[in-house]
Amino acid sequence: MLTGFRRIVRAGFVGFWRNAYVSLASVFVLTIALFVIGSTMFLDQLLTTSLNTIQSKVDINVYFVPDASADEIDRIRDVVSALPEVAQVTYTSREAALEEYRTRNQGNEIALQALEELNENPLGATIAIQAKETSQYESVARYLDEQKALEEVGAPVIDVINYARNKDSIDTLTNIINAVERTSFFVMIVLLLAATLITFNTIRLAIYTSREEIAIMRLVGASNMFIRGPFMLQGVMYGLIAGLLTLALFYPILIWIGPETADFFEINLFDYYLSNFQTIFGVIVGIGVTLGLVSSTWAVTRYLRT
Amino acid sequence: MIYFDNVSKHYADGRVSGLEEITFQVAPKEFVSIVGHSGAGKTTLLKMIIAEDSPSSGTVFYESLDIHRIPRSKLPQYRRKIGTIFQDFKLLPHKTAYENVAFAMEANGRTDAEIAENVPQALALVDLEDKAFNFPHELSGGEKQRVAIARAIVNQPDIIIADEPTGNLDPIATYEVVQILRKINDLGTTVIMTTHNKGVVDEIERRVITMDEGRIIRDDADGKYVL
Repeated sequence: MLTGFRRIVRAGFVGFWRNAYVSLASVFVLTIALFVIGSTMFLDQLLTTSLNTIQSKVDINVYFVPDASADEIDRIRDVVSALPEVAQVTYTSREAALEEYRTRNQGNEIALQALEELNENPLGATIAIQAKETSQYESVARYLDEQKALEEVGAPVIDVINYARNKDSIDTLTNIINAVERTSFFVMIVLLLAATLITFNTIRLAIYTSREEIAIMRLVGASNMFIRGPFMLQGVMYGLIAGLLTLALFYPILIWIGPETADFFEINLFDYYLSNFQTIFGVIVGIGVTLGLVSSTWAVTRYLRT
Repeated sequence: MIYFDNVSKHYADGRVSGLEEITFQVAPKEFVSIVGHSGAGKTTLLKMIIAEDSPSSGTVFYESLDIHRIPRSKLPQYRRKIGTIFQDFKLLPHKTAYENVAFAMEANGRTDAEIAENVPQALALVDLEDKAFNFPHELSGGEKQRVAIARAIVNQPDIIIADEPTGNLDPIATYEVVQILRKINDLGTTVIMTTHNKGVVDEIERRVITMDEGRIIRDDADGKYVL
């Protein structure tokens, strides 16, 4: 039993080297397939991250009137903070709001001049509210609207609640990203299918060149497992080598592309690659080995019938 | 030890020659030559013995075993009792002469010690010790056939099946191969061989079965090639 296993392993290695060209072709095709699979994984990560980033940018801004009393503002802030749906409340004072306005319009002479003309700070304090879930904004906004309606007519505190204004653009963006994710999912499925088929066929062709050998092995009384074993091992080796090649290939590409993705999608893919290396290694090498093993087993079995 | 009982074989497309009501038996230690024109059914008959092909009707026995009722998972074990030699040698191209012979033993589950002992002996019997580590493409036709014979005998089979073993060989190589087959037979192994070669049959001076159009038309105990 052990001797048989050792012989199968040795035959697998010897077959791999002596059919170097065929092995090379199989590894090459498998590498391309794994590269496509890896790329779709990274693309998916980009889309998910940017969707999360956008969702975290959703908030409700409550603008207070400039002469709202600090006590009133504090009271509303405390009440809102206590709501179970609210994750975070950020307070921006009048002075801070003015400072922010100045830096934002630094090059804009007209805007700054207009500010000078006024002599006093026209901006009110604001609080930015983030909910725990996107779907909870609706109820937080409704609560704030009620608060505004309850205010005394002569002394308003809340000026504007801007949830409705942001809502449309955020919804649109979310829809676009969802659509892109769904499309990329289908593209990924199609690519995966194509890659799998091409790998299957290449390995089948590689084994087709060995069909005479398989017939001879059967004639000298080799059992099916003894014939199939070395080919299965070769399939595993193709997958393993192709997986390692793919991982090595991603390294320089992601170094190159990482800063770009950091700018645009707010995630550096290279950092992602390094910090999730174990998972990525497992998925890529795992898929490679499975593909190689399944296709070679399937291909040999065809020549073992009769 | 081999019994054909009223065996017929018909192929639907008529491309390969069939068999018509073949009945004969082969005793242990016999050397049987099967002769006949191309298409007489010689190769089909041999394929029945190694379970490469199955009859349309009738049965083929090895001892008391119905060859075509052996379950597929048990076929490898059955085939190990039979050594096969072919006109086109059928060596594994990516293995050396030594490895080709050793492979038949590995497939049989023999130990490394047995392999290290028996393979050189088998190669010595066919006089190829010095070519042990050459690949098939580095060998002449006669040498390839001798490797194939070494592979066929290395597991000490009960029967050697040789399908036109000299068909691709020049007269000298043919003579060598026939001498080796006779030697193997003298050592006690049954040999069943098909051939076209009149000189080979006449030289062996053993039983000759003559076939024509799927039937046995002559069966002579110390036959000559008559057609």
